[in-house]
Amino acid sequence: MTRKQKRLSMIVAAGMVLALAVGLILWALNDQIVFFNSPSDITEQKVKVGQRIRLGGLVEDDSIVRGEGTTIVFSVTDNANSIKVSYTGILPDLFREGQGVVTEGSLQADGVFLADTVLAKHDENYMPREVADTLKEKGYWQGDKTK
Amino acid sequence: MIAELGHFALVLAFAIAIAQTVLSFWGARALDVRLIDMGRTAAVTQFLFFGMGFAFLTMAYVGSDFSVKNVWENSHSTQPLLYKFTSVWGNHEGSMLLWVVILSLFGALVAVFGNNVPASLRALVVSVQGLITSVFALFLLVTSNPFIRLDPAPIEGQDLNPILQDLGLAIHPPMLYLGYVGFSVAFSFAIAALIDGRIDAAWARWVRPWTLIAWIFLTLGIAMGSYWAYYELGWGGWWFWDPVENASFMPWLAGTALLHSAIVMEKRDALKVWTILLAILTFSLSLLGAFLVRSGILTSVHSFASDPERGLFILMILFGFIGGALTLFAWRGPQLSQGGLFQPISREGALVFNNLFISAATIAVLTGTLYPLALEAINGSKISVGAPFFNITFGPLMVPLLIAIPFGPLMTWKRGDLLAVAQRLMFVFGLVIVVTLAFVAFHDGGPVLAPIGIGLSVWLVAGSLVDLWERSKLGKVPFSTSVARLTGLPRSVWGTTFGHMGMGVALLGIVYVSAFEIETVLVMKPGETTQIAGFDVKYNGIREESGPNYSQVIGTFVISIDGQQRSILEPAKRIYQARQVPTTEAARYGSPSELYISIGDFQKDEGIVVRIYYKPLIQLIWIGCIFMAFGGAISLTDRRLRVGAPKRARAKQAMAG
Repeated sequence: MTRKQKRLSMIVAAGMVLALAVGLILWALNDQIVFFNSPSDITEQKVKVGQRIRLGGLVEDDSIVRGEGTTIVFSVTDNANSIKVSYTGILPDLFREGQGVVTEGSLQADGVFLADTVLAKHDENYMPREVADTLKEKGYWQGDKTK
Repeated sequence: MIAELGHFALVLAFAIAIAQTVLSFWGARALDVRLIDMGRTAAVTQFLFFGMGFAFLTMAYVGSDFSVKNVWENSHSTQPLLYKFTSVWGNHEGSMLLWVVILSLFGALVAVFGNNVPASLRALVVSVQGLITSVFALFLLVTSNPFIRLDPAPIEGQDLNPILQDLGLAIHPPMLYLGYVGFSVAFSFAIAALIDGRIDAAWARWVRPWTLIAWIFLTLGIAMGSYWAYYELGWGGWWFWDPVENASFMPWLAGTALLHSAIVMEKRDALKVWTILLAILTFSLSLLGAFLVRSGILTSVHSFASDPERGLFILMILFGFIGGALTLFAWRGPQLSQGGLFQPISREGALVFNNLFISAATIAVLTGTLYPLALEAINGSKISVGAPFFNITFGPLMVPLLIAIPFGPLMTWKRGDLLAVAQRLMFVFGLVIVVTLAFVAFHDGGPVLAPIGIGLSVWLVAGSLVDLWERSKLGKVPFSTSVARLTGLPRSVWGTTFGHMGMGVALLGIVYVSAFEIETVLVMKPGETTQIAGFDVKYNGIREESGPNYSQVIGTFVISIDGQQRSILEPAKRIYQARQVPTTEAARYGSPSELYISIGDFQKDEGIVVRIYYKPLIQLIWIGCIFMAFGGAISLTDRRLRVGAPKRARAKQAMAG
């Protein structure tokens, strides 16, 4: 092989690997991303039953039913609407009422959001950014609590 | 006084860093030895002053001086001494100071130990390193000064975030920073070479030990972070594809590619342009990571304070350095001479293969990390890209690379013989088939891909050993000769073997735990027993205790197999008094497979929610990483890295003398 051919074959190989990577990425982005929604999005019926989404907001005061088996029920609110969430497992340490929370799962036909993941942050002052934005949108933002 | 002295030390160090940048550059261009020497002295002095600043901040922490805002925010008088030390970098300002200290440490190390590098090139490296340090020092002083005072001084501090009150914080961040700040040296070398306009095989040899050091620390830092998250967060996960994890993983990937391409450049004088580009990109990814973590634009488990001013500043640094470096590269790169020739099937070809796939995988991780940000900026929709995305992009791109690893070291330079190498790997291939089939036959259930993954890890471990096996001629010559042959091998051969084997060991852990872990969540009352993976787990009730700055509820679980008691596990839930924040302390038993128990809510009727995992072979993941780092460390002791390339000047002197 001449120098030119070698360089060409190198470029072709690189192109093929790159194309493979891009193909995989596009396929995964089509399939595997999860949209973030607020409780209001669900009450406004923007979310399909069974579709995997992230639901974020504040844990509504006096809504947590815990201590009765492994399933915990609570409500997530954006102060305009609230959605009941059911989760089986152990909640993160910083999960509490009035705290920002992000849950991942899907809406059931009965209107309850079945979560398989609940994320609350390491820092007790920390508000998930999506939640903060949602609250700002709804006009319920109460100052910057982040340090 | 301490805080003011610390602040003053930082300002002085900043000024000296600027002097270092200017003097070294001027000295290198004018070839003035005095200026170059002044630059070197400046590099050492500014490190001493940054170190002094760091020492003063540490003193403020250890002495619980809450009149310093940073100490007040992140420490508490009842904190154990160890955590008073680690609190120093358990926050944005302190960790930024650590970052700058490490940056200046590497500058000083190059100035002191870079004796085999030509003086003018070294001066340019010291200059670039000084520039990076001074820009970050400016950032520190302007936006993140850790020495700001409070008046009046509070009596008590707010305590360190309880999740960080763990030995992990003592190890993970310093290691990680030594790693990804360490790549700044490779970056500085690349810039210096581009300014100098001369890049040859020797350059790769000079830059290699620095890249290796950074890579070793980054490997250990990432592994430590993963282990820490695993035992501390109580979720039993060891990798979350969290954006901030990705921020440290991307420089690791690029750094791994750089280590490999630098070999080609050193041995064959080829791939020069690409290696320079990789050196620039690796540190650029480190800078990107710093931006992602500290600007607050990401939702992540690592939440540093979000401050738009800081974000903007780092973004400017990011654009300045990356843009400047790439412009210089575009201008000077094409002038670099062509390197040695090689056939596609050769050792060089194999290393190019490695670089291609690692780069593609890095692009996949980068896309997954930045896509949500880009999408939100474009049309406002909020999405999250999680593990499924990375599993189907990163995973498939890794497989061809892993298959190819055992081939690489067996290939000859310039022109290899794939068929001959395949024949030498025949035995390993047979072993893989046997192990895979045996696994399918004797192991029920599990995903279809699991046996393939296990076969692949056997392929990696055994395949890495073939090179040593053949070189030792074990069985063909007397045993003592074999041992002599092995000990006489270049250290880099051992390094390669350990590095590749570590990859296989880690892969085995990853495949096993992903495919066969068992999780159960249940309510248990005192006296009840449950079974998991052959273990009997009996819950004996709870007791309360108090620690230095927390109180805790401890559950007692007796672990037995076939009626024989093996261990007592005591997972706990803690409440830290100062912040009234709960943490979960998981308890674990076994090695390398682990039983993992954490406790949750108390029930109305004495019961407690218990989460039990069986994590088969999980420890292999971190053991594999330690193997990799160990391989890097052995490679670092290779003779050729210490001796350096012969220099003409020295030869002339010798003749004259």
